[in-house]
Amino acid sequence: MTTTRRAAVLGGNRIPFARQFGPYAEASNQDMLTSALEGLVARYGLAGERLGEVVAGAVIKHSRDFNLTREAVLGSSLSPDTPAYDVQQACGTGLEASILLANKIALGQADSGIAGGVDSASDAPVVVAERLRRKLLRLSRARSTADRAKALAQIRPTDIGIQVPGASEPRTGMTMGQHMAITAERWGITREAQDELALASHHRLATAYEAGFFDDLMTPYLGLTQDQNLRPGTTLDKLASLRTVFGEGEGATMTAGNSTPLSDGAATVLLGSEEWAQAHGLKPLAFFVDGETAAVDHVSGDEGLLMAPAYAVPRMLARQGLTLQDFDLYEIHEAFASTVLSTLAAWESESFCRDRLGLDAPLGSIDRDRLNVTGSSLAAGHPFAATGGRIVATLAKLLAERGSGSRGLVSVCAAGGQGVVAILEAA
Amino acid sequence: MARADGYTAFVGTPVGRRLASTLGLPRPVPLRRYEPGQPVTEGPVLVGGHGDTPALAALRGGLVAAGVDVVDEAGEDARLAGVVVDLTAAEDPADLESLRALLSPALRRLDRCARVVVVGRHPESASGVAQRAARRALEGVTRSVAKELRAGATANLVLVTEGAEAAALGTVGFLLSARSAYVDGQVVRVGGGSVPDAAVQAERPLAGTVAAVTGAARGIGAEIARTLARDGARVVCVDVPGAGAPLAAVANEVGGTALQTDVTDERAGARILEHATQRHGGLDLVVHNAGITRDKLLANTDAQRWASVLDVNLRSIVRMNETLLAPGALRAGGRVVLVSSIAGIAGNRGQSSYAASKAGVIGLVDGYAADAGLRRRRITVNAVAPGFVETEMTARIPLATREVGRRLNSLSQGGLPVDVAETVAFFAGDGQAAVTGNVVRVCGQSLLGA
Ligand SMILES: NC(=O)c1ccc[n+]([C@@H]2O[C@H](COP(=O)([O-])OP(=O)(O)OC[C@H]3O[C@@H](n4cnc5c(N)ncnc54)[C@H](O)[C@@H]3O)[C@@H](O)[C@H]2O)c1
Repeated sequence: MTTTRRAAVLGGNRIPFARQFGPYAEASNQDMLTSALEGLVARYGLAGERLGEVVAGAVIKHSRDFNLTREAVLGSSLSPDTPAYDVQQACGTGLEASILLANKIALGQADSGIAGGVDSASDAPVVVAERLRRKLLRLSRARSTADRAKALAQIRPTDIGIQVPGASEPRTGMTMGQHMAITAERWGITREAQDELALASHHRLATAYEAGFFDDLMTPYLGLTQDQNLRPGTTLDKLASLRTVFGEGEGATMTAGNSTPLSDGAATVLLGSEEWAQAHGLKPLAFFVDGETAAVDHVSGDEGLLMAPAYAVPRMLARQGLTLQDFDLYEIHEAFASTVLSTLAAWESESFCRDRLGLDAPLGSIDRDRLNVTGSSLAAGHPFAATGGRIVATLAKLLAERGSGSRGLVSVCAAGGQGVVAILEAA
Repeated sequence: MARADGYTAFVGTPVGRRLASTLGLPRPVPLRRYEPGQPVTEGPVLVGGHGDTPALAALRGGLVAAGVDVVDEAGEDARLAGVVVDLTAAEDPADLESLRALLSPALRRLDRCARVVVVGRHPESASGVAQRAARRALEGVTRSVAKELRAGATANLVLVTEGAEAAALGTVGFLLSARSAYVDGQVVRVGGGSVPDAAVQAERPLAGTVAAVTGAARGIGAEIARTLARDGARVVCVDVPGAGAPLAAVANEVGGTALQTDVTDERAGARILEHATQRHGGLDLVVHNAGITRDKLLANTDAQRWASVLDVNLRSIVRMNETLLAPGALRAGGRVVLVSSIAGIAGNRGQSSYAASKAGVIGLVDGYAADAGLRRRRITVNAVAPGFVETEMTARIPLATREVGRRLNSLSQGGLPVDVAETVAFFAGDGQAAVTGNVVRVCGQSLLGA
């Protein structure tokens, strides 16, 4: 079609993340997404504006939310003429939504838009057992009273039982944590290293709050003014005292402290072309440079469930002619502390880079002072689809503060053995 | 929103009216309040005064143009929407008889929520003691008339310097209109130096301007944001990050922008200026409304409690204004409106810190208004001093105390946030370049600090 142009990240807004069954226990995905949108609209003066599109999604979704994002737009102050659609790529949803929108802007198909995501681990749909579901459907099909009575009679007390969806993989039946424990062991990630990463996450997030860093990235919601999971005063000793929750026996290293908790929350990012930004008095924070998605075969056990970013990043680097060290900042989503550490270990491993990635030399290590500098999911919490938006807005602001040309790498692992990564560059 | 309190509604019923009259209780009436499209006054406005009434000569055309039915005489039983008395030519206390002669028969014929506006000259510029006494007398008579009036009617005094008569049109128009519903027994000073002519406020007098309002998440500040937006301004709504959710709702309602910052943050002024400039191309109006109370007898007030009130209510304004009023910041012809309080005028038991801060705000108005640099840039600085205003804050006062606070004024009712907001919007108006250095109380002529 036409030549491409640069898509800019102009700002973001999220609501503080809450722990499951915390202050947002009664809030629906639509409530939270609408709220996050309203804060963004207010910050950037978009009331009544028609944007190119709003794209967002949720991982855990009610069937009634088939048009979740559009309904949130209709409940917001944006012009009702703003189209919207849902996407869903597990924990990659928020980042994937941002990439989709950035691409449309780059191609000239949209001038502006909002990308985001939301998830509630509290207000989750309750699902009845498969056998009961079939019987209930049969009941609703029944026409006569006699048929109905017959259908009803087939429902046995043992059929009744509800399933709350958990974070387990359909094809392996294992939870994400169980998968991760295998990977962590494979890479020899120690308990101490994981706890240190978790500690840094809490301390850095707390410092960022104290400095007012989130004042223009967040709008309070239902009385919460900062992430509920944040423990500013946590220590290595406290983290070391927690019992392990994933993995077995002596080798188990994963605790509730170095794993992200189930969370509720929503995040949004405002994107636009440079012309649109200028017309609206907005200064681009960063530009989208590239994005890449990868998937691995976690079903056969060939690769760890959350290792796809380890493959996505080198492919994107090769395309851009960049090395892993060419970045000022790294945002690697902390699904578990061991996810980050396993990924870094893979990039440092000669054999992994040679055998798995087909590279002559390992990607090497990164400067850990540039990693998740304002904390990440271990401290903030991780409402699945909201994490991408949180990271993109945070990184764009950090890059803008660092100055023109500074570069940032985003990496988000996702269920189903997938991973979404992207590069941003300060405007 | 503009709902009468329970008592006011009750005395509006036949039973309530009879009961209140028998017991000699106050009989507040629902005040006439401004709505877009509403005429300045509904009914004839009688004008007159002393000598050749120079102020009326300058004002009459503008009032007529604004749709005011200006009459020099009124039939015996004609109802009046207002009276404008021009005493600018008064030389001697004997000349006050002209005021009595016009007002005395007129007062009985005033409609509900009618307006008395007396126009005079600044006593300080009198040429002799007799003239000075006559000029000063106007304040006493206006305040007494305000107390004599019933049924939502108000009386206010406008002091104009010689040559600035036409510039008082906006002020007289405001005081005649429903926008000044809760402004009663006040003195507004107009002029000083050469001043442009003013107009009675148009429908969207602030179109094309950019305003910043602190403490905009709720209460009076939220209403100021709404009123300025209604009058055409693009509003930057400022409040603490913790109030971000209601702040966003207000910003979206008024089609403005939300800026989450604590006004005591040393970068607050720079943030406001940068936000207004980058997003909206500049800044024309700043309303310093954010305020807190930490009431306690001075005997029980520690340093921290004391400092928190002075920091938010007073010191933050000085600090922010160093940035906002610097050359090249607030645009030429800009406006600054501060929010004081009658507690800052009268003092209040248990409110030493608050009263200190709000009296300090009046000092700021005096100081800025005298600033030659600001005058050169045609920047005006004024304050509103609210009395008892029905907000979430006052709703928490115990019932009995609240009821007393609400009734202790000439209108026998509390004001609404919009009443304060209308006065802020009046100061902000394009035609009010000659109105600076004023502290106008929006208090229904409260007995406190009268
Ligand atoms: N309500 C009255 O009767 C009355 C009377 C006289 C004066 N006032 C004055 O009017 C102003 C508004 O009063 P209100 O009744 O609407 O009060 P309110 O408490 O309802 O609202 C005040 C707003 O200011 C904000 N604020 C407080 N500290 C702040 C800070 N450090 N930075 C930014 N924002 C801050 C609050 O979050 C709140 O949204 C205040 O200055 C008050 O002193 C009120």
